[in-house]
Amino acid sequence: MGDFLAMGGYARFVWPAYGVAAIVLLGLLGHALWAWRRASAALKDEGKR
Amino acid sequence: MSGFSALLARDLRLALRQSGDIAIVLAFFALAAMLFPFGVGPEPELLSRISAGVLWVTALLAALLSLERLFESDYQDGSLEALALMPTPLEFQVLAKCLAHWLTTGLPLTVVAPLLALALHFDPAGYPGLVAALFLGTPVLTLLGAVGAALCLGARRGGSLLALLILPLYIPVLVFGVGASEAAAMGYAARPELLLLAAMSLAALALAPWAAASALRQALE
Amino acid sequence: MQRFANPNKFMKLSGPPLPWIGGAAALFILGGLGLALFAAPPDYQQGEAVKIMYVHVPAAWLASLVYAVVAGASAVGLIWRHPLAHIAAESAAPLGAGFTLICLVSGSLWGEPMWGTWWVWDARLTSVLVLFFLYLGFIALSRAFDDRTRGSRAAAVLALVGVINLPIIKFSVDWWNTLHQPASVFRIGGPTIAAPLLWPLLVTAVGFLLFFVALLLLRMRTALAEAKLRALRFGGG
Repeated sequence: MGDFLAMGGYARFVWPAYGVAAIVLLGLLGHALWAWRRASAALKDEGKR
Repeated sequence: MSGFSALLARDLRLALRQSGDIAIVLAFFALAAMLFPFGVGPEPELLSRISAGVLWVTALLAALLSLERLFESDYQDGSLEALALMPTPLEFQVLAKCLAHWLTTGLPLTVVAPLLALALHFDPAGYPGLVAALFLGTPVLTLLGAVGAALCLGARRGGSLLALLILPLYIPVLVFGVGASEAAAMGYAARPELLLLAAMSLAALALAPWAAASALRQALE
Repeated sequence: MQRFANPNKFMKLSGPPLPWIGGAAALFILGGLGLALFAAPPDYQQGEAVKIMYVHVPAAWLASLVYAVVAGASAVGLIWRHPLAHIAAESAAPLGAGFTLICLVSGSLWGEPMWGTWWVWDARLTSVLVLFFLYLGFIALSRAFDDRTRGSRAAAVLALVGVINLPIIKFSVDWWNTLHQPASVFRIGGPTIAAPLLWPLLVTAVGFLLFFVALLLLRMRTALAEAKLRALRFGGG
């Protein structure tokens, strides 16, 4: 496990690279879901009125 | 064609009146270029290494600063609509404006560049190459800038938006312009870069008026 | 294409596949990166640093692909005035910017141990950086006008002007002496990369592509919902 995390000494480059990818992709996903939920909730309200 | 010359004359008059004078434009170039020795120190070796880049960035900034006004005042007072309705195609009118802009920014810089280059310790052997590069490259700055200015007409925060749009597109011109200038200074043939700059100018000449005109029509809708 | 012109039709058709596309995306991304991290061998020269490739390269491919989508949609919107075209372009742009950012950052993290520098102004890196700024410019321009349609069309023109950057990115490593390595997958003559390294790459790339499609559809649905909302609130006179 330790070897895996150490990535042959390149850990401080490899993990941040994967980390940035995860943050950006999850961030885009989260934002898109949030915007969708907000819009469809507002539409539902509007429909009730 | 007489319509074109009439437009050109009008745009030249306006451009000169707005910028004040070609002398003021040249003074801006000199001052902007002079900031660098103050900023990085006066050592001749250091200055000569960055001189080509400094001259080109100065050309870029001067073009950028005057681009905003290219269409703005005509747009504000409604004369742009009148121009669009004229028989002369909008593309030619854009071309006239670009020519006027270049004659009052790019061309003066090209002419004065050897003097500024002297102050920045640019190798005199490279003067012909430098002037050729600026002559071939500055029209692209004007033409691309016109497209950007037309796109930003009436936008919020037009000035910074224009910079954001245009500067990435300027980078290839900068790369080859500086490349040609530095090659000339070091005594190498600058032909490949100069040919590329010429090609960019021709391409921009063909495409930019069309893109700018369609952007202007959008603004007028 | 005409079938999707009607926003309501689009909403109806895009809804059901979405969770499946999203699920497939997750599967492929996790699978691809799982293969990359656990199954793929280290490179004999680069050691484990080559693992960055599995994030960097698919991101780079998507960065360019999404721009092509943005430009294509922009052209359709300007020429044929297809009602969904500009919405597609504006929904795709932030996704493209995200992939470009991943590409730039992961590339920088890969460059430091491999080349000894976080950044170099060679043709490939510079043109990808220009791509990033083109995305930002597109997004900024589309939102810079009170009249939304004006913003969409202006941004569309910008997208088309910037298309010239795509062949520059692709061929930069061929045309210039760059520090960045030449193409090893999409080249005439087939990939030069070894199979155990290629498979996780392709799987992850498919995953990224599915992720893009899923989020594109979701963002377009959101944009249409918001437009409907505006029409309900302020429309009718």
